[in-house]
Amino acid sequence: MAMTWVWTGMVTLSLVFGAATGHLGALGPAALEGARSAVELCVSMAGVMCLWTGVMEVLEQSGLAALMARAFRPLLRRLLPRSSRDAEIFTAVSANLSANLLGLGNASTPLGIRAARLMARGSGGAASDELCRFVVLNTASIQLFPTTVAGIRAALGCADPFDILPAVWLASAGSVCVGLAAAKLFECFGGNAG
Amino acid sequence: MSLSELVVPLLLCGAGAYGAARHVDVYAALTRGAEEGLSVLLRVLPSLVPLLAAVYMFRASGAADCLGRLLAPLLDAAGIPAACAPLLLVRPVSGSGALAVGSELMERYGTDSYVGRVAAVMLGSSETTFYTVAVYCGAAGIRKTRHTIPAALCADAAMFFLSALAVRLVFG
Repeated sequence: MAMTWVWTGMVTLSLVFGAATGHLGALGPAALEGARSAVELCVSMAGVMCLWTGVMEVLEQSGLAALMARAFRPLLRRLLPRSSRDAEIFTAVSANLSANLLGLGNASTPLGIRAARLMARGSGGAASDELCRFVVLNTASIQLFPTTVAGIRAALGCADPFDILPAVWLASAGSVCVGLAAAKLFECFGGNAG
Repeated sequence: MSLSELVVPLLLCGAGAYGAARHVDVYAALTRGAEEGLSVLLRVLPSLVPLLAAVYMFRASGAADCLGRLLAPLLDAAGIPAACAPLLLVRPVSGSGALAVGSELMERYGTDSYVGRVAAVMLGSSETTFYTVAVYCGAAGIRKTRHTIPAALCADAAMFFLSALAVRLVFG
């Protein structure tokens, strides 16, 4: 529903501003131009994007994701100590994390859902501190290879689509830290549900 | 002949050789991956059409300029380019919408411009917060999400600020 408000708000504001600034006549052509350029943008990106995701799939099937999951296990043990003791949860969590690291959004969601279900067992419908932390970890999205964005950049003619990597690492690592710190603060000041 | 010209052929060759050496059906993986790429585009296109229509209208009416001027003191203080303002609104709410707005920014300003890079970093270092919380907590049968959403929104706010900062740090 939120997008309904964003979208309706935008077109309504456009109409109001158009009337106020005398640009009312430009609105119709602009809307149609926007719709046309949406399709042009998609078509122009399609080829490179598909080649790109194909190569990433090859790398994933070659075991790159599993390799990464192993490297991040010690960190996970500290972050989610209770869940790490359960082998089943730990496997699901680290598989989810490694899919995230590779920017494989489609693969990471089912794995994350599995982990969340396992973590929520016997919680009586309230999120535990560790489940909150795990969801925040996912919303803040730690990605080593933001493949979708890099694919779009490549498709738009960028010579070096991965030159944003260091910046992405900085920004996502920082935001994960802020998210986890905020979760920790809320844990301390809110009620403790374990 | 520079190294960056060799990136694509080397990546294709390397991925193929590495996969084949590890007994992966490389060609099948390529087509399956391409299918996935196509499904991303198919997911983006339906939201790209109405969103870009609205964004173009928003710009043509002068509302975008006004919003930019209104938010400028705040965004300037954080170092975020005013052109990215629509992305800030859409990013936590809709993944395909954010991809749509972000790719349009990259196309309009150029992938290697400051705006284009900040948009790319914002897209790359965040998830669709509300969707993720809804899906995970919904699937796990959680009705009380407690502090999940406030904490996740803190992370988002930090991400917007840090994306701009990181681009400035890395690209000078």
